[in-house]
Amino acid sequence: MGIIENINKVFDHRIRLGMMSILMVNDYADFNTLKELLNVTDGNLASHVKALENAEYIEIEKQFIGRKPNTRYLATKLGKIAFKKHINALEKLINN
Amino acid sequence: MGNQKDYLKDISDIKNIMNRSTRFISLSGLSGVLAGVYALIGAYFAHGIIQNIRSTQNQYKRFFVVFDSIEPLVLIAFSVVILAITTGVILTYRKAKNKGEKFWSSSSKRLLFNFLIPLITGGMFCIILIQYEYFSLIAPVTLIFYGLACVNASKYTLGGILYLGLSNIILGLIATQYIGYGLYFWAIGFGVFHILYGTLMYFKYERK
Repeated sequence: MGIIENINKVFDHRIRLGMMSILMVNDYADFNTLKELLNVTDGNLASHVKALENAEYIEIEKQFIGRKPNTRYLATKLGKIAFKKHINALEKLINN
Repeated sequence: MGNQKDYLKDISDIKNIMNRSTRFISLSGLSGVLAGVYALIGAYFAHGIIQNIRSTQNQYKRFFVVFDSIEPLVLIAFSVVILAITTGVILTYRKAKNKGEKFWSSSSKRLLFNFLIPLITGGMFCIILIQYEYFSLIAPVTLIFYGLACVNASKYTLGGILYLGLSNIILGLIATQYIGYGLYFWAIGFGVFHILYGTLMYFKYERK
């Protein structure tokens, strides 16, 4: 029972899991990098970004590079803790 | 437990994407082999020219032989470097395309940036050595800094390059004790070690 509780619904999707994995090992990633690595469309990625943002697992930084607007994403402290818990729960499930 | 397989797949997906987002995996091993071959061919020709200088006994004549040798030696050095870089870029570009990885991506940029920091530092240091006429230290210094560049780059690509770097650092340090044999150490470091490293990488990651 206890193990199942730790499986996080927010990460129960390939794209959100992928996004979070990228942001765990990189300080930040911009929209296009995420898009390329995850192989998804703009709209699809945007909706999953929203989900992670609503959970306060990632934060968004908007800035300008020259004149081009650039949006980059960072994992929050809360997000990192939640992700680690999720991984531990996955590992326990596999070992059982 | 029907979901067990899914969880296993989740874990392997996580590992895979963490690697792909931090490391540029399309660096071509074959281009390492070819770079080594170019280096050995270059060293062979350079050796011929240098032998010619050494065998000239007459002081005055020797001066002119040395003077005439500088241009072909520089030409050999530049040809080897340009050929090696061009081959590396083409083969890596092809490999990236085959693997569906972007050639000019944030991971390849990060790899190049971290490779260039020690390399450019070493290059500038060599120019300073030439300025003060410490010619004898140039060969060891190039090997040491090239090795450091490889070690620094190893965090951002497939692991094998770490050993190429470490071997070149050690070789460079040994070379400091055998001044005058720079060309032989260059041939080992840039030639033989590249061929060994490239072959290992080729068989480990490229030949399927």
